[in-house]
Amino acid sequence: MINGLCRSLALLIAMTMAAQAQTPTYKITPELEEAARKEGKVVYYTSIEVKVAEELAKAFEKKYPGIDVVVERNGAERQFSKIGQEYSSKIYNVDIVNSSDAAHFIFWKREGWLASALPDDVQKLYPAGSFDPEGYFAAMRSSLSVIAYNTSLVEAKDAPKSFADLLDPKWQGKLVKAHPGYSGTILTATFQMARDLGWSYFEKLASQQVMQVQSSTDPPRKVIAGERPVMIDGNEYNVFLEKERGAPIEVVYPSEGTPLVIGPTGVMKNAQHPNAARLFHAWSFTLEAQQLMVDKGGLRSLRPDIKEPHGRKPLSEIKLMKDDPVSVDSQVGDIKKRYLRYFKT
Amino acid sequence: MTATPALKSFATADGRHPAGIDLSAGVLGAIFLFLAALVGLPLLWLAVFAFTNAKGMPTLANFGDLVSDPDLLDPLITTFSLAALVAVFAAISAAPLAWLVSRTNLPGRRIVRALLTASFVTPPFLGAISWEILAAPNSGILNRLWREMSGGTEALFDIYTFSGLVFVVTCYTAPYVFVVLSNALDRIPADLEDAAGILGASRWRVVRAITLPLALPALLAGALVAFLQAMTLFGSPAILAIPAGFHTITTKIYSLFQFPPKPEVAAAAALPLLIVTMLLLFMQSRLLGRRGYAVVGGKSGEARLMALGIWRWPAFALVMMVLALPLFLPYGALLKAAFSRVPAGPLDLASLTLTHVNFVFIEFSQTRRAFANTFILALGTASAGTILTLLIAYMVARQGGRAGRLLEALASAPLAIPGIVLGVGLFLAYTRGPLVLYGTLWILFFAFLTIELPVAYQQMRASFRGLHPELEEASRVLGATRLGTLRRITAPLLKSGVIAGWCLIFIGVVRELSAAVILSSQNTKVLSVVIFDLNESGDLGAIAVIGVTMLLLTFAIIGFANWIAGVGADPRRAVG
Repeated sequence: MINGLCRSLALLIAMTMAAQAQTPTYKITPELEEAARKEGKVVYYTSIEVKVAEELAKAFEKKYPGIDVVVERNGAERQFSKIGQEYSSKIYNVDIVNSSDAAHFIFWKREGWLASALPDDVQKLYPAGSFDPEGYFAAMRSSLSVIAYNTSLVEAKDAPKSFADLLDPKWQGKLVKAHPGYSGTILTATFQMARDLGWSYFEKLASQQVMQVQSSTDPPRKVIAGERPVMIDGNEYNVFLEKERGAPIEVVYPSEGTPLVIGPTGVMKNAQHPNAARLFHAWSFTLEAQQLMVDKGGLRSLRPDIKEPHGRKPLSEIKLMKDDPVSVDSQVGDIKKRYLRYFKT
Repeated sequence: MTATPALKSFATADGRHPAGIDLSAGVLGAIFLFLAALVGLPLLWLAVFAFTNAKGMPTLANFGDLVSDPDLLDPLITTFSLAALVAVFAAISAAPLAWLVSRTNLPGRRIVRALLTASFVTPPFLGAISWEILAAPNSGILNRLWREMSGGTEALFDIYTFSGLVFVVTCYTAPYVFVVLSNALDRIPADLEDAAGILGASRWRVVRAITLPLALPALLAGALVAFLQAMTLFGSPAILAIPAGFHTITTKIYSLFQFPPKPEVAAAAALPLLIVTMLLLFMQSRLLGRRGYAVVGGKSGEARLMALGIWRWPAFALVMMVLALPLFLPYGALLKAAFSRVPAGPLDLASLTLTHVNFVFIEFSQTRRAFANTFILALGTASAGTILTLLIAYMVARQGGRAGRLLEALASAPLAIPGIVLGVGLFLAYTRGPLVLYGTLWILFFAFLTIELPVAYQQMRASFRGLHPELEEASRVLGATRLGTLRRITAPLLKSGVIAGWCLIFIGVVRELSAAVILSSQNTKVLSVVIFDLNESGDLGAIAVIGVTMLLLTFAIIGFANWIAGVGADPRRAVG
């Protein structure tokens, strides 16, 4: 009995290692393009800001005419529910999915919903640890959840420098924050902040009369509109885009560290357009797509040969909080429950 | 009484059948079975889930959670307070309006009625978003103006509060009270008022002693409708309550669908809504019954209009100010947001932009699909619903009896099912075998059909009541079958009532969010859900463009339908 167990365990490990060593990679070939073109479209579920997502789709459609990208944008957590609903009803709409909550991919991989699809570029160029060695997902983008303030309402010297500063009574009724039940970025950030600062931080924060919005794209908009002068969390990339467009907003990287949010992409096993999905997947990791995402989308890329636009602080100079999707995956219920207790929604 | 032969005979029925075979029994049976399935199936699943646990064992624990967990109990209390306050304020604001329009010589009464119809067409969630643009405490247009004028720093009005929510929901619920009340006021016979006048009562005394008491049951009935509307509303609370940091039961039910979904708790949370709705509807039917007693036999002359004298124009100004709240201000805000960079920023030429228009119609890949889905569903549901309710109303009116009453009860039952509850029920019913409809437009079609059934049926019943059976009898005597008579005699005579019913369903479908938000998926998104999603990411400009386009299209289609009704209204053609 014990012997048998040991043997099968050894076999399993050997199989896994073999799989790791031999996870086949793929390149964009004329055959793949042709097969993708025959399928005609790819359904892309993503939690990236809708305008950035449509921008990527447009660039892909231009490069590969005849393949439509259907963009379905939703908050990562909402998207996660939707895919769960659809899969439990055996509806396989989604071909390829990108989420700002990396923990989702641990769940989907465990459920066997993902296909192994490892673009050659990813294995060769991207840092180890940014992609699943078995090829089920890879970090297509990353972003930060930052503090930001309206520069016409708050002077730089008065602006908060840290998360602790936000507890100052002078910010009462002046803060806006997005929701971890909707946004994967915020769920990830909430986990990291609770781990590093303690839940007592959120308990105190909740007494500051915080305006609660849903998506992590929304706080920058509320700050620019002057609805609240300071945001507690939200997408760094939206702040970049708005600032570069001339809006009165400035980023603050809190002294305690800035939550780092990895946004992987994976191809679904039951994709209706598997070739188009693999083509889009591989293309999204090319220098062309990544540079577009950085320039036009304000996102951070993990590709080493990317050029960071002037005026944005390089990732290497920012003190980051450590990302840990495995822990997020196991604690998600607890995070939402505690959040509800403090913030009531 | 099996469904298949009945449907088959109906499909071929064109009046050429031998007069001896009466098809109505078969059609009656088929409609009965269809309605029973349509209404019964989702409710059955709801009950099953509410009383079982995740493993499928019978339990009452879901209800235990409901009363012991403050996360569920607080929203329930909030919901009932909201509904009660809205009912009171809607009645208070609609009553003078209805009286002025129905019983006085207020200038522009037709326009006022038309404008109130327009506020009825406006989806409440769009109204809520417009009021965000107007009255967000810091960036809201009205609060900005107020600060400039007063020089202070305080907001005039914060929309992200409980009172803000009550206000916005009242804005879009008061039209219901207005309709119920002004219909009743139109029908109050003038002779009672005349009698009081002859006996020396002053004009105001007549209003107090005669008109008001006679209108009171209708006012209460209207307030009940307002209560139900406010209680079951999903969009406005989702948009205004969450930023303020509280839940209503509908937003809570929705949040129970977050992964991992807890349909059993959602089902349990939905049941109090269902029970309260049924209780209130029961009370309402008692109230309306008594009102019938008061004004039945009111064939006496037209309602006497009271001269307002020097108060005519002040009254008109007051009415316009009231109408500014659901209409002029929100529509102005939407138009502004559609064409400016910062939705609520100051209005100047530099901030004008076509970015949002460009985004919605060129870049945003969901636009076309959502418009197509919405209008396919609205047209389909309106047409199918019209035929269905027409048949039901015909059966009930001409057949009567126990079968008729049963049919009537089934057609009115969905009134007691709030949209979000029905959404949960349909989700439970059609995400598992044998019939998996989730992910197709059909599940939305059935949801909308069920939701709109009672209103459409009421409309059809009213039309049939004004129709004498002699013409039909003549046709039957001359040898036409019942269905042939229906097609050639009854239907043409009913045209304007039927078109009105069709429009009611159409508007209802375009406005619907609470069931759609649970039932739509990537391929089947409708405009209300797209707008809801865009609101969650704060894309107010895009929402404004979609919202305004949606309303223009709705008005155009309704105008077209009424134009057809007008063209076909020639009585000679209709009867011939």
